[in-house]
Amino acid sequence: MATISKAPTAIKVAVIQFPGSNCDTDCQAALASFPGVTAEIVWHKETSLAGYDAIVLPGGFSYGDYLRCGSIARFSPIMGAVRNAASTGVLVLGICNGFQILCEAGLLPGTLMRNRDLLFRCETLHLRVENNESPFTSVLHQGQVLEIPIAHGEGSYFADAETLKALNENNQVLVRYCDASGNVSAAANPNGSLENIAGICSHGRNVFGLMPHPERVCEPILGGTDGRGIFKSMIEWMATHKSNN
Amino acid sequence: MKAVVTVMPKPAILDPAGVAAGRAMEHLGLKGVRSVRIGKSIEIEVDGADEKQLHEICHDLLSNPVVEDYKLEILS
Repeated sequence: MATISKAPTAIKVAVIQFPGSNCDTDCQAALASFPGVTAEIVWHKETSLAGYDAIVLPGGFSYGDYLRCGSIARFSPIMGAVRNAASTGVLVLGICNGFQILCEAGLLPGTLMRNRDLLFRCETLHLRVENNESPFTSVLHQGQVLEIPIAHGEGSYFADAETLKALNENNQVLVRYCDASGNVSAAANPNGSLENIAGICSHGRNVFGLMPHPERVCEPILGGTDGRGIFKSMIEWMATHKSNN
Repeated sequence: MKAVVTVMPKPAILDPAGVAAGRAMEHLGLKGVRSVRIGKSIEIEVDGADEKQLHEICHDLLSNPVVEDYKLEILS
């Protein structure tokens, strides 16, 4: 009797395009490189995200970073649907400007401020996986060091003392800037982020924002594949979630 | 209605741009620079808005309450 191989569960991901997004097609390509995954660009004026298993807010300079990074995009028509999806447990990933938008929208606590040294930092650096009990880091190991590039001028994570305490207690800090050996040190902090925070998830763990760009290191020809683990974690989580339904 | 909104970083927040500008002032010979804070001033002309609505806009859009305070002044 022939063995029946199980086809990968079909996963559909929306990549939101704001005016000024510039990492949207990179995110789309990174996601679509996984079997069974379709990634579609959704214009910010749309108002529905029905039928999508995950939502990505990509990097870029939405609305030219006018006023504050992400402050105008957070009022885009699509954000109502993003908020609704997040409240029902749909995975929402915000990368760089996407992280800034999620903070402005209140879907993640705290904010991203001007880099401590006022420089736009564009370089590959190291991240330590602080917690793998999330839909975004489940295929990674605690303490694993990833090499992922950053490219931002406003990435200095700030939250008040109470919020920071809650983030640590609930293991919501998923990645921190570190050196090549995994030491979280002041020297490895590129932007002045509190406690070297590079990415945090929501209390419900289904919303994740990070300043580094995993979509830029998803193919060997681009210099690395360390970004794949984050997308792979999401896809495995969605596949499990769907097959359980 | 004419209004001016002043948005400033909260006192406890480090303002690296203000620090850099302060150093430049010292470099230009200004002595005894104790503090420089950089914010924004937003001038608004609007027909028929009420003050409550303007405060909401200041809170939700024009400032980020996590790190900034705002002051709304109605001029006319």
